[in-house]
Amino acid sequence: MSKVDLAQFHKAFHEESLDGLDAMEQALLALDEGAEDPELINVVFRAAHSIKGGAATFGFADVAAFTHVAENLMDEVRSGRRPMEKAVVELLLRSGDIIRDMLSLQMAGQPGASAESQALLAELSAMVAGGSAVPAAAAKAAAPAEAIEGWDIAFRPFDYLLKTGNDPARMFRELQGMGPLSVSTDASALPPLASMDPTASYLAYTLGLAAGAKRAAVEGVFDWVDGDCDLTITPRVAAPAPAPAAAAPAAPAAPRAVREVATNSEASSVRVGIEKIDTLINLVGELVITQSMLSQFHDGVQDAQLEMLRQGLAQLARHTRELQESVMSIRMLPISTVFNRFPRLVRDLAQKLDKKVVLDLRGETTELDKTVLEKIGDPLVHLVRNAIDHGLEVPAKRQAAGKGDTGTLRMEAFHRGGSIVVEVADDGAGLNRDAIVAKAIQRGIIASGDGMTDDQVAELIFEAGFSTAAATTDLSGRGVGMDVVRRNVMDLGGTVGITSKYGQGTTFTITLPLTLAIIDGLTAAVGEETYIVPLVSIVESVQVKAENVRSVVGGGELFRFRDEWLPIVRLFDVFGCSGPRRAVDEGIVIVVEGEGTRIGLFVDELIGQQQAVVKSLEANYRRVTGISGATILADGSVALITDIAGLVRLQGRRKAA
Amino acid sequence: MNQTASSAAVAEEAAQYLTVNLGSEEYGVDILAVREIRGWTPVTRIPQAPSYVLGVLNLRGAIVPVLDLRLRFGLTREEYTATTVCVIVMVAGRQFGVVVDAVSDVVEVAPSGIRPVPDMGTTVDTEYLKGLTSVGERMVLLLDVDRLLQPQDAQMLDAALAATDTKAVA
Amino acid sequence: MANILAVDDSASMRSMVAFTLRGAGHDVDEADNGRNALDQAGGKKYDLVLADVNMPVMDGISMVREMRTMAGYSGVPILMLTTESDVNKKMEGKAAGATGWLVKPFDPDQLLATVARVLG
Repeated sequence: MSKVDLAQFHKAFHEESLDGLDAMEQALLALDEGAEDPELINVVFRAAHSIKGGAATFGFADVAAFTHVAENLMDEVRSGRRPMEKAVVELLLRSGDIIRDMLSLQMAGQPGASAESQALLAELSAMVAGGSAVPAAAAKAAAPAEAIEGWDIAFRPFDYLLKTGNDPARMFRELQGMGPLSVSTDASALPPLASMDPTASYLAYTLGLAAGAKRAAVEGVFDWVDGDCDLTITPRVAAPAPAPAAAAPAAPAAPRAVREVATNSEASSVRVGIEKIDTLINLVGELVITQSMLSQFHDGVQDAQLEMLRQGLAQLARHTRELQESVMSIRMLPISTVFNRFPRLVRDLAQKLDKKVVLDLRGETTELDKTVLEKIGDPLVHLVRNAIDHGLEVPAKRQAAGKGDTGTLRMEAFHRGGSIVVEVADDGAGLNRDAIVAKAIQRGIIASGDGMTDDQVAELIFEAGFSTAAATTDLSGRGVGMDVVRRNVMDLGGTVGITSKYGQGTTFTITLPLTLAIIDGLTAAVGEETYIVPLVSIVESVQVKAENVRSVVGGGELFRFRDEWLPIVRLFDVFGCSGPRRAVDEGIVIVVEGEGTRIGLFVDELIGQQQAVVKSLEANYRRVTGISGATILADGSVALITDIAGLVRLQGRRKAA
Repeated sequence: MNQTASSAAVAEEAAQYLTVNLGSEEYGVDILAVREIRGWTPVTRIPQAPSYVLGVLNLRGAIVPVLDLRLRFGLTREEYTATTVCVIVMVAGRQFGVVVDAVSDVVEVAPSGIRPVPDMGTTVDTEYLKGLTSVGERMVLLLDVDRLLQPQDAQMLDAALAATDTKAVA
Repeated sequence: MANILAVDDSASMRSMVAFTLRGAGHDVDEADNGRNALDQAGGKKYDLVLADVNMPVMDGISMVREMRTMAGYSGVPILMLTTESDVNKKMEGKAAGATGWLVKPFDPDQLLATVARVLG
């Protein structure tokens, strides 16, 4: 007997089931909006069907039982016995949620049917015609014991039987396994040799099985050729027992429409562990470095004989870059994987709040790094909840404001420069300046709103402590403020901004790096060392004059940048560098922004701009304040990458102390 | 390197140690932890690191910290020369380099040959030693590599730094 | 040992089938729908094909029908992997030319027993 551990397939089953549930949800939402593509119904059916089959195979009985009923309901729709009405969509959407929950519980090792799932199962069963019960797995009718001594079998295959892949010889061997078998052949139907089809069967057989095997077992041998032969099976008994039911299907045979399945847009794909990809990315990063080391070497070579080497290196450089680009793209996934959850969310929220909302998704094919995608979902959900809860008005209010009663929520992703921009825009009420200023004063964030621009006021909603659990509804709030949205986006190396017009709507703009594995950085010399400053955080680099710098009691320095005074953070001091310490007008101040705060990083010199493959310092060492990671320079040495948010926090701590 | 496994009967469970020199003393490092022995190459200093952490180097794409065993044990720093070596070890999934004066030998040590370290007479805090053993005339101190770069160390350091960060500029 | 083609859109089911059969010494190729299975069968002669019924792009029944018309696939055993509620599917599969079926859910032992039955 095989010793296959089914648990090894659980993860794959779980993943594909989640994919299936997502596809099912999308199809249901499309059907809900009145789409009439029969393939959509097939998608829903297939998802339920596959999950049921897999769950039963891998031992998740609860999931299998639940999904079976959902599948039956879907089958009724598919076969045209039930229209795809709202109530069905609603029930199936909820079923998808329950199945998702059940799967997660299964994977967490806590299987069990919740009260919610029981209730929904009851609803489903009630809806399905006849409310048919779930058949138990492998519910085969047990044959009553028969006092049988043997079997006589007359078997005449039709001429095409061999073409179905069935083989009388194999079937006889199977019977032989049950006991002594006698076979006599009747070749009377054999045609003249010349007209014989070598793939056709012309023989008839009379078989005698001298063993009291079960009828089901004997019939089972001929199970697959039922209808492809003349067959009589007679037991050798004094008083024949009544024929028991053969393997009885539990569900009633329903007429089914066979449909040719239309082409599917699913691209063929392979699931690969992310750690394999990361190894590949690391190696390619190495290759890029090696290539750039080699090209530096060749710059110094004058000998004409080495022209070939020069050409080869140029080629290597091109191929390396292409290889790097294509390897990096493996980690990239379309943002549709995140956007997909919003039609459902928006629909449910709008329903709950009695608002009319149209969701306008754009740029869904825009690709983002997998890690970024995984982490951008929550901030987006928060913004969308916020927009529907606070931004968009109820129809009556919209009409009063002279707008159509249906609000629009636009989510759009697109490339801008080296970044990805995701916008969440609503045409709702917009921010109320006075209310925000009042609240910010009340919370002690500002003393007065005088002189603040509208954008500056809007920015206040990102301040920690601006929104609190008490001030938010159960929908958008959950006790988490916009400051958390900003922090989450910052953690991804991105920024989030807001523009709002009172009465016209609000737009949130999230800017994200294309990938986390590679950053564009400015290389800067500090003392005898080299540091990398991520380009995305840089506002501007300036040389400051001594007269624009003020010393602060306690040792800090401020410098004038446009209209504001920014603290100077000397990397030389923060990182404890050695070598000569430059005066403030002998170096460069890089104005950077992190967590909404600007500071000036003072460095000795700017060396240049370069792409850096980000490596972890923590893998072998530990976190270092002000450092987000390390990278390897063209000469093979290591340079550290500055953590702007960390440096801003450090500066904040100093100020506070 | 000479393979001078002692000719005496070696117990089955005998472990091999790479011996390294630190001043006049000889230390043993469990050979199973040793990944690589390389010459000294300059490293990139890491901010806020204890003095014995010299910095990080690029080991085939991985960022690996390097510590100086002399400084770790509070000895004075030696000039790094052509014979200065960096032993790359792997402990608990982490790689790091240990700079020593020189590498001398591989010896086999049976567990019965390991004696406790008397709490005196060595420059190294006994906390970092598993024991001592004799190889012929020589005495070899067996290092507890696991403890050279401890996570607790790092955490305590973080806390200390956070405190000084704020104080320094207040 | 036999060359077997396992066709199922569910990766977990496919790997279970493939893993089990490889464990028994067979060479197993995989395809995730009927269309891809036909392409693969066109390039290599399989001794046995195991195919799911419900699949995107091309379902198992259409696949059997087409496969039976391919050179060399007239008498090759093709088993449908079907669920017990699919009584009609068994018959449809047979009508399309399938050799027989294996009812889901099945465990690795049932799979091996059924495969042994057609490979003789």
